[in-house]
Amino acid sequence: METDLNSQDRKDLDKFIKFFALKTVQVIVQSRLGEKICTRSSSSPTGSDWFNLAIKDIPEVTHEAKKALAGQLPAVGRSMCVEISLKTSEGDSMELEIWCLEMNEKCDKEIKVSYTVYNRLSLLLKSLLAITRVTPAYRLSRKQGHEYVILYRIYFGEVQLNGLGEGFQTVRVGTVGTPVGTVTLSCAYRINLAFMSTRQFERTPPIMGIIIDHFVDRPYSSASPMHPCNYRTAGEDGSGTHPSVEDSQEVCTTSFSTSPPTQPAALGVGSADLAYPVVFAAGLNATHPHQPTVPGKEGGGLPFAPSNQPAHGAQADQERLATCMPSDGAHCVATPSSSEDTETVSNSSEGRPSPHDVMETIFVRKVGAFVNKPINQVTLTNLDIPFAMFAPKHLELEDADPMVHPPTSPETGSPLQGSLHSEGSSGGSSGNTHDDFVMIDFKPAFSKDDILPMDLGTFYREFQNPPQLSSLSIDIGAQSMAEDLDSLPEKLAVHERNVREFDAFVETLQ
Amino acid sequence: MNCRSEVLEVSVEGRQVEEAMLAVLHTVLLHRSTGKFHYKKEGTYSIGTVGTQDVDCDFIDFTYVRVSSDELDRALRKVVGEFKDALRNSSGDGLGQMSLEFYQKKKSRWPFSDECILWEVWTVKVHVVALATEQERQICREKVGEKLCEKIINIVEVMNRHEYLPKMPTQSEVDNVFDTGLRDVQPYLYKISFQITDTLGTSVTTTMRRLIKDTLAL
Repeated sequence: METDLNSQDRKDLDKFIKFFALKTVQVIVQSRLGEKICTRSSSSPTGSDWFNLAIKDIPEVTHEAKKALAGQLPAVGRSMCVEISLKTSEGDSMELEIWCLEMNEKCDKEIKVSYTVYNRLSLLLKSLLAITRVTPAYRLSRKQGHEYVILYRIYFGEVQLNGLGEGFQTVRVGTVGTPVGTVTLSCAYRINLAFMSTRQFERTPPIMGIIIDHFVDRPYSSASPMHPCNYRTAGEDGSGTHPSVEDSQEVCTTSFSTSPPTQPAALGVGSADLAYPVVFAAGLNATHPHQPTVPGKEGGGLPFAPSNQPAHGAQADQERLATCMPSDGAHCVATPSSSEDTETVSNSSEGRPSPHDVMETIFVRKVGAFVNKPINQVTLTNLDIPFAMFAPKHLELEDADPMVHPPTSPETGSPLQGSLHSEGSSGGSSGNTHDDFVMIDFKPAFSKDDILPMDLGTFYREFQNPPQLSSLSIDIGAQSMAEDLDSLPEKLAVHERNVREFDAFVETLQ
Repeated sequence: MNCRSEVLEVSVEGRQVEEAMLAVLHTVLLHRSTGKFHYKKEGTYSIGTVGTQDVDCDFIDFTYVRVSSDELDRALRKVVGEFKDALRNSSGDGLGQMSLEFYQKKKSRWPFSDECILWEVWTVKVHVVALATEQERQICREKVGEKLCEKIINIVEVMNRHEYLPKMPTQSEVDNVFDTGLRDVQPYLYKISFQITDTLGTSVTTTMRRLIKDTLAL
């Protein structure tokens, strides 16, 4: 099969296929990063863009691809596969697609390697760019974030389609005939996305049913800096020296080495006798590590700075949201910045949880917010207090003030007990916080005379009022107040950060 | 040679017309554009680099890839905008079609003018539907997105048949094959035209043909 091909053509062809494989992986992985990709056209050839297409090279991805290939090329029975899978925050994972670069035995001897094959490979890469946006996993990957992340895995050998579930579909991206075989690029993708919770994978309709943000950036494009991380199955060699190998449940962060990946030695540029020497000289030199000498076309191409993810989060977010300048930091940024923000905001708005707050909360939830029945009836019947129905009416309160506090649990002890005992003197203590009524003579039904320390009457008296707020009680109150004051600067900082949101909210109220 | 002809049909809501057309046209032109040629001595040339960018649609759950060329994008948007306006103003049933034709110029001897030989024609037929409720519109967003996915797959399938493409021209001939007027990319010579179909199903006399070179404010 190779007898008709001269050695130069053979070398060129091998090179084309190798770099085609690497670029294919880049396109696929970059399309699953969860963000829009944008590269610039350049009218003057820089000599560093294979197949005359501006496709960035993420070093980690190239590293992984080369590792998987291990110096081999796709051949019959040895395909290069990129597996895209989804992993939820709970640790469940599911394969979504397998992209296969295969070689079959059908040869096209007549075809010109240096011209036709190269251009057709370029066309195939363009088709891949288009098709990667069209499979279902694309929309999933654009929405990745807190609930799930998209991962990739590259392997070489037999295609394994078992993990795609039943009824998976395939789409062929294209084929290119070469003198040594036909290169085929295809994708098999899962269509059965029924998993644990369907809400994660179904397309959710807008909440109001009305789409009002047509001209605003899509929410996920600015909020989902998720990246695929290298995901290794048990069977793979686990000796990942690359720092991004760990498969953490947190956002997949990738870190880049400071030095450009080492490239194979200079390529044979003996193409002077070809019809299009300059094209291929340009192409063939593409992988040379002299790329850094190409100034600023890609905004600083290689090398990428190592990322300290949280620190660079905000900065890289901005870079990414900027125009088409492909900036390096863009790909290495993590979610933590945005997720941390939301978490701190929500924490601050809830206030610090305390036993009191927790119990108050639980209690309040027992009453429906918009219940039309008299609150007293609802509160008393819903509570776990025996004979609540028989409590005399003048114990009833207005509105949301809980009538009786649920029994305290022993652990939460002191603040409650303190406040209760301070008021819970037997014999008709008046409601301390409620001036609407005065209890005079309370004889609950079925109660016996006061012999036991905690009879029904005493019980009602003690629990008819809500407990004193911990922040108001002297000892604990002072302590918590101090802590509150300490946390004020943090809260203020958070609120200052969110000033714009608050302003916008106020605007909507007006 | 025979001209290759492909027809695609889409049913969309009025506000989706522009994006649906741009998605299809840009996808075709992505495959039919190369980098700028720079000719050197001895008949050799180098090719510039084509960048790409993702475009999210506002009214359709869909993202397409286009060539990174603002000039090309503006030219397409202009003609698609005219098509959309014509559709809206027509009294017909909302039926229309756009044609993207790739051609080569063949120099003829005097007194004959140059010939335009079509080698590939893409026709996109559009049917505009009117929807009443927001829920229907939401469903339409998704459905049209899925349909466009199918169209992209169809387009890619045709492109990868590797059928006739004009030969790479020499420097003197390049303007007969490629549109060299753009700054950053070089598509094959093309024309975009559209027709609005009236209720009788025949083409109305408002067929308009424009050469995109003229519409570019060069």
